[in-house]
Amino acid sequence: MKRSNEPVFWGMFGAGGMVAALFTPIAILITGLLVPLGIIPAEQFSYERVLAFSQHWLGAAVIWVIVSLPLWLCMHRLYHTLHDFGIHAGNLVKALFYGVAFAGSVACATLLLLGLI
Amino acid sequence: MTKRKPYERKMGATWWLKNAFHTKYIIREGSSLVIAIYSMVLLFGLFRLSQGTDAFNGWLGAMSQPAWLAFHLLTLVWTLYHSITWFSLAPKAANLWLGQKRVPDSWIVNSMYGALAGISVVGLVLVLI
Amino acid sequence: MAEVMKIEILRYRPETDKEPVWQTFDVPFTREMSLLEALAYIKDELDPTLSYRWSCRMAICGSCGMMVNGIPKLGCKTFLRDYPKGMKVEALANFPIERDLVVDMSDFIEKLESVKPYIINDNPKSLDDGCHTQSPKDMAQYKQFSMCINCGLCYAACPQYGLDKSFTGPAALAILHRYNQDNRDAGKAERMKIVNAEEGAWGCTFVGYCSQVCPKDVDPAAAIQLGKVDSAKDYVIAMFKPGE
Repeated sequence: MKRSNEPVFWGMFGAGGMVAALFTPIAILITGLLVPLGIIPAEQFSYERVLAFSQHWLGAAVIWVIVSLPLWLCMHRLYHTLHDFGIHAGNLVKALFYGVAFAGSVACATLLLLGLI
Repeated sequence: MTKRKPYERKMGATWWLKNAFHTKYIIREGSSLVIAIYSMVLLFGLFRLSQGTDAFNGWLGAMSQPAWLAFHLLTLVWTLYHSITWFSLAPKAANLWLGQKRVPDSWIVNSMYGALAGISVVGLVLVLI
Repeated sequence: MAEVMKIEILRYRPETDKEPVWQTFDVPFTREMSLLEALAYIKDELDPTLSYRWSCRMAICGSCGMMVNGIPKLGCKTFLRDYPKGMKVEALANFPIERDLVVDMSDFIEKLESVKPYIINDNPKSLDDGCHTQSPKDMAQYKQFSMCINCGLCYAACPQYGLDKSFTGPAALAILHRYNQDNRDAGKAERMKIVNAEEGAWGCTFVGYCSQVCPKDVDPAAAIQLGKVDSAKDYVIAMFKPGE
């Protein structure tokens, strides 16, 4: 039997799953509900404050982790779910799925780095 | 000559609806759909942030549309379902020992709930201070 | 007075049936009657052509696996009193039906054999060196996985096996893990070739239903996740030792 390269994707999946389980709920609550509903005053989530947060190396790291890593969880699971629904996708589809996670991670890192420098 | 004629049952595309445990598994995996979209929403927000005040406020304004509020509510619930299942399965992938005693599963699960609570409080404090 | 329960059984007689058909039997039962006993009643009193496998009647031989209302169960460990709404009994899922409730398990047996389920050690300790000691921790690494009775319920529970029969499957991977974790064994390198493959631990998506249905409380899902951890370590080591 051939050695699978799954450990690489599984590692990213595990990291992403952990971040999605621990960090994503509060992120959704803040950016998707409390701020838009005005429960958190708009000035607490103003352009200046968010920009300052994203331009601190620690803030940038937090944003990158919350935006990028769950993508690896999701694309991994969605790819395997294709198989669960009887769609036996080939390497091209696999590359496409993990490519989305990779591109998202790189795009996020680029935007953050441009802000840092 | 053999009289054997084994009959193969087909699973079909709806196999996961026929058993409650399998349905919950697909619901768990399905959380990926909304979490991925949420990541993309954040990524777009970050992009708008890089374009200046008006762009960022435009993104923020869009977030208060009812459709996006509904999406985020759904995503929050579905992500918490992911958290619950993730925490409950985590001890199976860990083999932790203290001397000759295995670390009880409940310690691992409880510490993860603790981490979720702690991280959530820190997140709120960061926004509110 | 015995109550009467309707038991529906999926019949398949290869010489006459094109596909399986449901047949209903009225079975008088008492509080302590198991499904296996109900099948014996049907065969003795109602229809001698009914085929099913059984042996020990006490959940150790692993012969009487079947689907009860869509859930994999041992017939001997399933009691009529727990099914007030009746029972639909079918041959174990994910295996070809040979006849009635009898399935063809050859693929499962081949997989069990493939994981080398025995202690491998080319240089066993000499008797003069004394006995082989194992601490409680050493033993706990494998003991629960050694309780498997090869009944196949976990294969019937596993959608990944159902979708792709090349997957090694829960019981075989749990037993593989059992021998890999035994400190008397030196065969781990051979078995890791199976774990590392797509058809090995990586064929699993952690549905977790295998552990739920196991009649002996074995946790194959845990064995497979620990196998993935092992395989990931093995992967990293292999990166630094190319050509192996």
